[in-house]
Amino acid sequence: MTSREDTMPGLWQGFMAVIRRDLLLAWKRPGDILNPLFFFAMVCTLFPLAVGPSSEQLSISGPGIVWVAALLATLLSLNSLFLSDFEDGSLDQLILSPQPLPLLALGKTVAHWLSAGLPLVLVSPLVAVTFQMPGRTVGVMMLTLTFGTISLSLLGAIGAALTVGLHRGTALLSLLILPLAMPVLIFGARTVALAAANDAVSAGIYFLSAYCILALTLAPFATAAALKISNE
Amino acid sequence: MMEALAMGGYGGYVWSSFGLTLIVVIICVVQVKRRHQQVFSDIKTRLRAMETDQ
Amino acid sequence: MWKFLHKLASPPHFYDLSAKIIPWFVVPGTILIIYGTIAGLFYAPPDYQQGDAFRIIYVHVPAAYLSMLAYTLMAVSAGIGLIWRIKLSHAVAAAAAPLGAWFTFLALITGSIWGRPMWGTWWEWGDPRLTSELIMLFLYFGYMALRAAIDDTTKADKASAVLALVGAVNIPIIHFSVEWWSSLHQGATIVRADGPAMPTEMLFPLLAMILGFSLVFGALLLGRVRSEVLFRERRSRWVKNVVLASGEQG
Repeated sequence: MTSREDTMPGLWQGFMAVIRRDLLLAWKRPGDILNPLFFFAMVCTLFPLAVGPSSEQLSISGPGIVWVAALLATLLSLNSLFLSDFEDGSLDQLILSPQPLPLLALGKTVAHWLSAGLPLVLVSPLVAVTFQMPGRTVGVMMLTLTFGTISLSLLGAIGAALTVGLHRGTALLSLLILPLAMPVLIFGARTVALAAANDAVSAGIYFLSAYCILALTLAPFATAAALKISNE
Repeated sequence: MMEALAMGGYGGYVWSSFGLTLIVVIICVVQVKRRHQQVFSDIKTRLRAMETDQ
Repeated sequence: MWKFLHKLASPPHFYDLSAKIIPWFVVPGTILIIYGTIAGLFYAPPDYQQGDAFRIIYVHVPAAYLSMLAYTLMAVSAGIGLIWRIKLSHAVAAAAAPLGAWFTFLALITGSIWGRPMWGTWWEWGDPRLTSELIMLFLYFGYMALRAAIDDTTKADKASAVLALVGAVNIPIIHFSVEWWSSLHQGATIVRADGPAMPTEMLFPLLAMILGFSLVFGALLLGRVRSEVLFRERRSRWVKNVVLASGEQG
């Protein structure tokens, strides 16, 4: 017979198990990964159609458009973050499990970023090319989007945890998260615009990385608290 | 007198800001009073309903 | 001391005490606002740059100040309610949000009216303060929408408390990022007559207005908390007694 300590998975194992499970689920339903990407591409198409095909104008507003589209696409994917777990009761299992809930919430968030944020970052150069973005700017854009989407996943997880199980949760989630996400948008989009104008970009990148680290340390605790409240 | 009210041409802006402030404060006061009355009447209705039940 | 605080936080005691306190906020607050309005509109000298348009400061600054104060109050009492499970402080947080939203709205409108003669437009994106106020208004809307979406009061209290605390952590970051964002935009230079260089005939009415509006805000807040407490304790005996004792006047 093995003792309880032997059979109980460690912190790292629990964390990895949550990530693996969520990625596997996402892999089995590729629509969940692809829909936000299509949404991102379509929002980026809407802007040139709305403001006209002038390439100077589009190269000025390109960074802003890509960033707004990325923000909206992330929000779209966030709604389902805890929904299926809430409906099938696995959220209870997560809360009752011996692993600390903030760690498991972080695992869910990491899985969300890997399945929603990372593909967005990888696809963004395709969109950037259509806005006549030069090579260096594309690099800066991908860097800001990387930090930005991590921050948005972490921030959005709090909102998703607060609104899980509520009717009309999607609209509410956007209402809660958009004002909080504005600093990320400001620094992300303005830094890309500065890069396009050949200005110094380090300030924005430092800010985004600092914000990302702050969110990594604090957000999982807020998400865990919100999950416990929502699942009462 | 009219000169003082005209505020050197800025009268419209100054008076409308003060007027709006007054309106917002009045709305807040009315909301507080109405809410209080509403809660009171709700509780009264409940109490009466309970009495008739018994 | 602890005993006193504990007694204060008990709903029936708060309900009685607040009724006695409210006049002490309303009367001095109204006097200060009347003094500030008359002195600010007619006795303070016109600003050397903005002429008489600067007088909007006497309503704009108190409103902007209260919009921040209300959020701070909301976040602090939400945090106290979450940590020490004091019901009364959740009621304070719930009551502070709509008032804060109204004063934020007022700060935005008066700022915009002030901007019209100064910048020539009703809205200037280059001004970081107005933009921060706008985001602040959205934060209030989010808080109130979350509260309204949850039927169970206890759950709504806790969930909105988490949101208020997350918002409180974010507000300084939002202010900083909006400042940075508008500093990149060289076009708009905004002249405003605040700062310590103000002559006393201008400053005293402003201080009176800030203090007066804070007192009135305190009275409005207490009034809202009273209804909130009554509603939350509607099934308890003391509320029944209060309602029955009020007789026909309620």
